[in-house]
Amino acid sequence: QRTSYEWYIPKGILKTGWMNKHLNLVPALVVVFYELDWDEPQWKEKQSECATRVEIVRQSLQGRNTKVAVVLIQKKTPLPPGEDVIASERAAALCNACDLSGKSLFVLPHTDHLVGYIIRLENAFYEHAQTYYYTEIRRVKSHKEFLNKTTHQLLFVRHQFKIAFFSELKQDTQNALKNYRTAYNLVHELRAHETNMLEIKTMAGFINYKICRLCFQHNTPLDAIAQFRKHIDLCKKKIGSAELAFEHAAWMSKQFQAFGDLFDEAIKLGLTAIQTQNPGFYYQQAAYYAQERKQLASVLCNHDSSVIYPNPDPLETQTGVLDFYGQRPWRQGILSFDLSDPEKEKMGILSLQLKEKIVLHSELIITLLSNAVAQFKKYKCPRMKSHLMVQMGEEYYYAKDYAKALKLLDYVMCEYRSEGWWTLLTSILTTALKCSYLMAQLKDYITYSLELLGRASTLKEDQKSRIEKNLIKVLMNESPDPEPDCDAAAVKASQKLWADCVSLAGSNVFTIEVQDFIPFVQCKAKFLAPSFHVDVPVQFDVYLRADCPHPIRFSKLCISFNNQDYNQYCVVEEAYQKSDILEQSSQGTMCLVPGKTRKFTFRFVAKTEDVGKKIEITSVDLILGSESGRCVILNWRGGGGDAASSQEALQAARSFRRRPKLPDNEVHWDSLTIQASTMIIYRVPNISVHLRHEPPALTNEMYCLIVTVQSHEETVAKDVKLTAGLKPGQDANLTQKTQVTLHGTDACDDSFPALLPDIPVGDLQPGEKLEKPIYIRCGTVGARMFLVYVSYLINTIVEGKEILCKCHRDETVTIETVFPFDVAVKFVSTKLEHLDRVFADIPFLLMTDILSASPWPLTIVTSQLQLSASMTPVDQLESYVENVVLQTGESASECFCLRCPPVTNASGVATGCYIISWKRSSPVESVPVVSTVITLPHVIVESIPLHVNA
Amino acid sequence: VLISVICSPPQNYPLYIRSIPTENELKFHYTVHTSLDVVDEKISAMGKALVDQRELYLGLLYPTEDYKVYGYVTNSKVKFVMVVDSSNTALRDNEIRSMFRKLHNSYTDIMCNPFYNPGDRIHSRAFDSMVNSMMMQVC
Repeated sequence: QRTSYEWYIPKGILKTGWMNKHLNLVPALVVVFYELDWDEPQWKEKQSECATRVEIVRQSLQGRNTKVAVVLIQKKTPLPPGEDVIASERAAALCNACDLSGKSLFVLPHTDHLVGYIIRLENAFYEHAQTYYYTEIRRVKSHKEFLNKTTHQLLFVRHQFKIAFFSELKQDTQNALKNYRTAYNLVHELRAHETNMLEIKTMAGFINYKICRLCFQHNTPLDAIAQFRKHIDLCKKKIGSAELAFEHAAWMSKQFQAFGDLFDEAIKLGLTAIQTQNPGFYYQQAAYYAQERKQLASVLCNHDSSVIYPNPDPLETQTGVLDFYGQRPWRQGILSFDLSDPEKEKMGILSLQLKEKIVLHSELIITLLSNAVAQFKKYKCPRMKSHLMVQMGEEYYYAKDYAKALKLLDYVMCEYRSEGWWTLLTSILTTALKCSYLMAQLKDYITYSLELLGRASTLKEDQKSRIEKNLIKVLMNESPDPEPDCDAAAVKASQKLWADCVSLAGSNVFTIEVQDFIPFVQCKAKFLAPSFHVDVPVQFDVYLRADCPHPIRFSKLCISFNNQDYNQYCVVEEAYQKSDILEQSSQGTMCLVPGKTRKFTFRFVAKTEDVGKKIEITSVDLILGSESGRCVILNWRGGGGDAASSQEALQAARSFRRRPKLPDNEVHWDSLTIQASTMIIYRVPNISVHLRHEPPALTNEMYCLIVTVQSHEETVAKDVKLTAGLKPGQDANLTQKTQVTLHGTDACDDSFPALLPDIPVGDLQPGEKLEKPIYIRCGTVGARMFLVYVSYLINTIVEGKEILCKCHRDETVTIETVFPFDVAVKFVSTKLEHLDRVFADIPFLLMTDILSASPWPLTIVTSQLQLSASMTPVDQLESYVENVVLQTGESASECFCLRCPPVTNASGVATGCYIISWKRSSPVESVPVVSTVITLPHVIVESIPLHVNA
Repeated sequence: VLISVICSPPQNYPLYIRSIPTENELKFHYTVHTSLDVVDEKISAMGKALVDQRELYLGLLYPTEDYKVYGYVTNSKVKFVMVVDSSNTALRDNEIRSMFRKLHNSYTDIMCNPFYNPGDRIHSRAFDSMVNSMMMQVC
């Protein structure tokens, strides 16, 4: 140990072994466990044996300040302190013998309370260890006085770091943090030069790591972040040797990564991060520096393969490790800023560069990026995540792992497509195209080409032209030209793959579902009407438009429907010669000219069994290339459209811009809308249905509805059927109270149905007229809807094809039902005085009054009074209103003389009923007579002792 | 270095995007695109309350090592994003805010044009020259 620092010149900041020494080698406290009870019979011997053991330990510590303690393991439970006299005597003796203070002697009784004793021991040991570190700190601090600022700059940092480190070991994190901060400032006060830059940065990195870690531990994450920012700002420009600039980038990357790890660690322990401040940003930045490192390495380390690694290895040291952190192995401990041996320096740098050359940078970058992706996923940054995944994909591309690159790029592509960031999408597609080219992945290659030629691609015309030419080559089963800026070796390998593809027969048909991306051919299919009558051909148009720079030929266009029977009618096909494909002047049917909308019209006759059904276009297939070369089927689900077309349609619909007038046979693409389905409906009937009747209907009468059907068809209408009656779907009670029949001569009862379905009426010749009376009985008043439905079959010819169509026509009519008349009944005396009760055995009169409520004349056929048993007629009960015709509002009255015998019942007696037989006095003969029964009111009968007949 | 972008609400595609210098354009596009994450989050955090009193300026969206990204959102959720070089310390919050306001005014002028179809990418000489003058001022 030194006592004076005056002549001591430090050779570096911190020895590489120092931390390990104090973490793992030098103990703070050594405890000797020894089995010895206080009442040990051979105490003397045991005591000296224990003292020897302690001495051995002391000697092996070589004068370090390490504390020594002794624990006696005893079998007996100790007595309370002070009671065991022998114990205290012997303890004092033992301490003396071992040269221990009384505080360093412990007893561990091997009894039931072992755990409690152990905890107490642990605390005692901890105290001793703290005391040790406290004295160590004091020791280091005491050196400080001897230091001077000129020669001992490095020692200031070293001592400060040691104090902080010991404080940390002492578990005094507050002081540790304070001292680390001081140490950090001291590091940056050191004179920096290219030669010691790495050492300074290494130490600054260590200390920064410690500070940040402690800040997170103290739950002051903002302090940690602030420290880190300061650290980065201070060190960012400290590049050091320009020839080893990649080293600086690597160091920067490491700083960010380490901070990201610390941050992540803190989050796992309960810290909450936010969207704009999460470990992802640090991993991302680490990845950027790793990329920079890669880029710098590619410039600085592009030595010719003839350059061999220096021998002897300048990076080799005698001990195999460095003495001080951050120094160069070939000039350890040299503090001078001048290079004493430039040749050696050169060799050192060369060896570092050659070492850097074999580093797998892409792997490092990808790991960091994927760390960042995992973080951003957590903190709701989908776009950031996508962006990082693009970068990962690109890095895989550089690392020549094209399959992985493609997988990642393909995964995120749709996000950029759905958000409409075309520049970004194009850039991703370009990389993806390169990958698929280099792997000779035919289908992917075609798919990406399709989209890069499309309207969403922001590529320049010349690029598009190149891609289209390549696509045409692929369609002709040739190898495409390589993509630009590809690795030469990889291109060579891929050309071989392409050649294999060409020679390989089979698997030359590719179906590409284009709905979910933006291909260079756009398609819109449109039925001319939302519905077609079955006897009219169904018509629809398919519009195609190419966005590529050169005209493109196709070999087939076919449309599929939900009813596949129609598929055969909707195909455009033209076999063409292979050589025709490049013939640009030809603008035949099978050629799409860029920017021009092409229309294909299709028509077919719908099947009669599809009447009432929807015909839907399930897909449109456009076939590029030919079976002999390669065949690419562009498949649109439904009636066309792609990932961008719905937005375009929306914009077009909103736009007020006037479109320039086009020649008649051309249309504006934007103005076209997709109509992918249509309904097949019945043939328009060519018959007339007339209803003749005299509303309103009267309750319970057989109401006559005359249906006249006349055919205006040119051929015979076969199998004419009539359905008539109450229209279904009305109040259920109406069904009970409505009866329909064809026979009006006799009244029907409740068993008759409310609707007569499918009454066959035979055939109708052209122009023939048919009349059919329907009789309806309505039991209740109110409105009812009646349906008359006439169906028939007829043969027609559509497009030279004879089809049997089913036609129908229906008529509905609402009929009101009313009461035919109102009947009023009153009791009067023989003097025509109003009676509210009648007297027993005294004759009285029953007067009835029928008031017609019908708008049509009524004929009262007859009337009849049916008396109950308690009433007796005074004279003949004959009808006075027989065959009376009542006009609207007229009334017919009659009067019957009755008598009532005395009764005991005080509440009144039933009178009987009044039955009116009536019919409409309409000209229609043989109208059945309706009997309406009116129940007569009860009457109170009173017996009176005396009655004067005057 | 500066870009100004406008994105329309439902799809978030750029209506206008310019950057100086142009060589690193793609990177800027990515930066702007990723910043929309933060804009979305800020908008959803603001909630529906107090729409009329709401501050349109979103402030610094997130700092990167090299750039600062600022955001601004109109009541109709049209977003403006600006990316400024981190080293440009002359630009304080107030300047950025007033630049955004200028941009917003100019955008409003475009919207008032009956021939402009909302949602179409912006091709306007007036807007271009306004952006140009703003970029001149910053660079």
